[in-house]
Amino acid sequence: MKQHDKNGIPHTTPRQSATFTQDVNSDIRRAAATGIYDIRGGGAKRKVPHFDDLLFLGASISRYPLEGYREKCTTNVTLGTRFAENPIELDIPITIAGMSFGALSGQAKEALGRGASAAGTSTTTGDGGMTPEERGHSNKLVYQYLPSRYGMNPNDLRKADAIEVVVGQGAKPGGGGMLLGQKISDRVAHMRNLPKGIDQRSACRHPDWTGPDDLEIKILELREITNWKVPIYIKVAGARPYYDTTLAVKAGADVIVLDGMQGGTAATQDVFIEHVGQPTLAIIRSAVQALQDMGMHRKVQLIISGGIRSGADVAKAMALGADAVAIGTAALIALGDNDPKWESEYNDLGTTAGAYDDWHEGQDPAGITTQDPELMKRFDPVEGGRRLRNYLKVMTLEAQTIARACGKNSMHNLEPEDLVSLTVEAAAMAGVPLSGTDWIPGQLKY
Amino acid sequence: MKSIDLEAQGLRELNITLQAQSEKIEDDSWEIINPKGSHALAVGLNAPIEVAINGSTGYYTAGMNQQATVHVKGSAGPGVAENMMSGKVLIDGDASQYAGATGQGGLLVIKGNASSRCGISMKGINIVVGGSIGHMAAFMGQSGNLVVCGDAGDALGDSCYEARFFVRGSVKSLGADCEKKEMRPEHLEILKELLDEAGMDAKPEEFTRYGSARNLYNFDVDNAGAY
Repeated sequence: MKQHDKNGIPHTTPRQSATFTQDVNSDIRRAAATGIYDIRGGGAKRKVPHFDDLLFLGASISRYPLEGYREKCTTNVTLGTRFAENPIELDIPITIAGMSFGALSGQAKEALGRGASAAGTSTTTGDGGMTPEERGHSNKLVYQYLPSRYGMNPNDLRKADAIEVVVGQGAKPGGGGMLLGQKISDRVAHMRNLPKGIDQRSACRHPDWTGPDDLEIKILELREITNWKVPIYIKVAGARPYYDTTLAVKAGADVIVLDGMQGGTAATQDVFIEHVGQPTLAIIRSAVQALQDMGMHRKVQLIISGGIRSGADVAKAMALGADAVAIGTAALIALGDNDPKWESEYNDLGTTAGAYDDWHEGQDPAGITTQDPELMKRFDPVEGGRRLRNYLKVMTLEAQTIARACGKNSMHNLEPEDLVSLTVEAAAMAGVPLSGTDWIPGQLKY
Repeated sequence: MKSIDLEAQGLRELNITLQAQSEKIEDDSWEIINPKGSHALAVGLNAPIEVAINGSTGYYTAGMNQQATVHVKGSAGPGVAENMMSGKVLIDGDASQYAGATGQGGLLVIKGNASSRCGISMKGINIVVGGSIGHMAAFMGQSGNLVVCGDAGDALGDSCYEARFFVRGSVKSLGADCEKKEMRPEHLEILKELLDEAGMDAKPEEFTRYGSARNLYNFDVDNAGAY
């Protein structure tokens, strides 16, 4: 690049716009070339206040720690204690979030089941119904009850250990889904009772109920069909957590699953993922407050999902009042999704390891988010299951390490008082003091 | 015939008793008295038994039914026979919204009228309505047959897949990607069987067939205005 013009006058340093960034400009060029919005998988990629903005205080004179290698710190959790005859007992407070067969291969679902069962936790079906692979390998399986009702039937319903009525998900509050034709194999088409190769829409709202009063009756029906044996979860996006939590409890939920905007989806519009919903950090305290205001905290369990990556994230979510967390994207990465070993193939797809999110196109080099028989052969469900188990074990050990340092003999004893925030924004969202102060923005002390 | 008094015995005992027939059929004919518009009556059945409900019902009557024949001697609330797998559900009166929603099999017969979203997301169920139906019937209907002896409201078959619609009277409007279709001999045969099984006094030749134009099966930006 020339430094001076023909008269020797120096050029100013080229300055990129903070508004029209390279990313933005590439979006505009792509839109201009195609005439259609960008569809992708995953959750919000924009930077939002997150668990990284919180720190644990650890022990001090007023709080004594527990010995890491000797003193017990329990991690088990019981979900669905309100009405269900058979609540779900998990060894760890980390569950596997709903991901559909169709979006994922049958082998990937099997690996999730293997890994979760080995770690003592549950998996969750998705929009494609219950597969034998997942039921066969998941000791505890949560069956999602979705607007599309693809594959829904009473026999599978009764095989489930819990039912999750999906009202929304964090990546797209108020949005439905679309499984593009290229992923509709014979098997996927059969399970969904639709022709092969066509785009399959998943509705944004349920076909036979609207509003919390109807939902209460729908839950009654599901309980009557399953003999009141299994817990009923209600999954909502992190849109209006206080009121959604209140209404879900009113409708009869045993468990509430609250999903922030970093939570993934198999496919939806990028504009939806990035611009609708709230960060996971911002939704927990409102939901907990709603439960406390009703006297239902710990009676109706709260599962938080959306961007959970480590034991620290687990511990922070639980300190803010969650009973457990759910992971989706992190579980796929543990299985091998976006692994750098496939870098050259990611490059061929116009992306790079870590950024690959066109899961809906079915060309996943890792063989996980695909129905292509050749690509699926690359993925070994036994090895995938082992990797997921390892990852879940590490997360649990990390969370226990933190809990013991805070003097807790159970993960469930973590509390907001164990936390401070690094930023004003996170302090306000999480309802914990800004580090070095006793200030919680928005809360009057005197 | 065995009788269950809902008022005296309660919903839980009613459903436990009827669902238990899938293990061992105690009696193949049951009568429910005092339904009083209650919800979730006779849900999750899975046995070739006959259940007569003496009066009108609330939400989700005969939900997820398999094999059983459930006869409502009155009208039914929202979501009657939702996600039915097999068997038969017969409504003497009218049905509220979402009748037969997501049903995968079996036959739902409504002698009177059906409200909006009848057959929404139907996945193989056959529905025969003696009277008329409301708006958005069979929205996103995947497969199965919806027969309407009266008129259909707005947006019939919106965004439908492979479900078939037979309407004897008028259709106020067709939904996105739904169009009038040729009535071929095989359709007349299907229609005749359904009308006979439902006990409807109507001639197949009086009906018009509708179904998917299949233009929206794969997303095309040039169709964006239709969504």
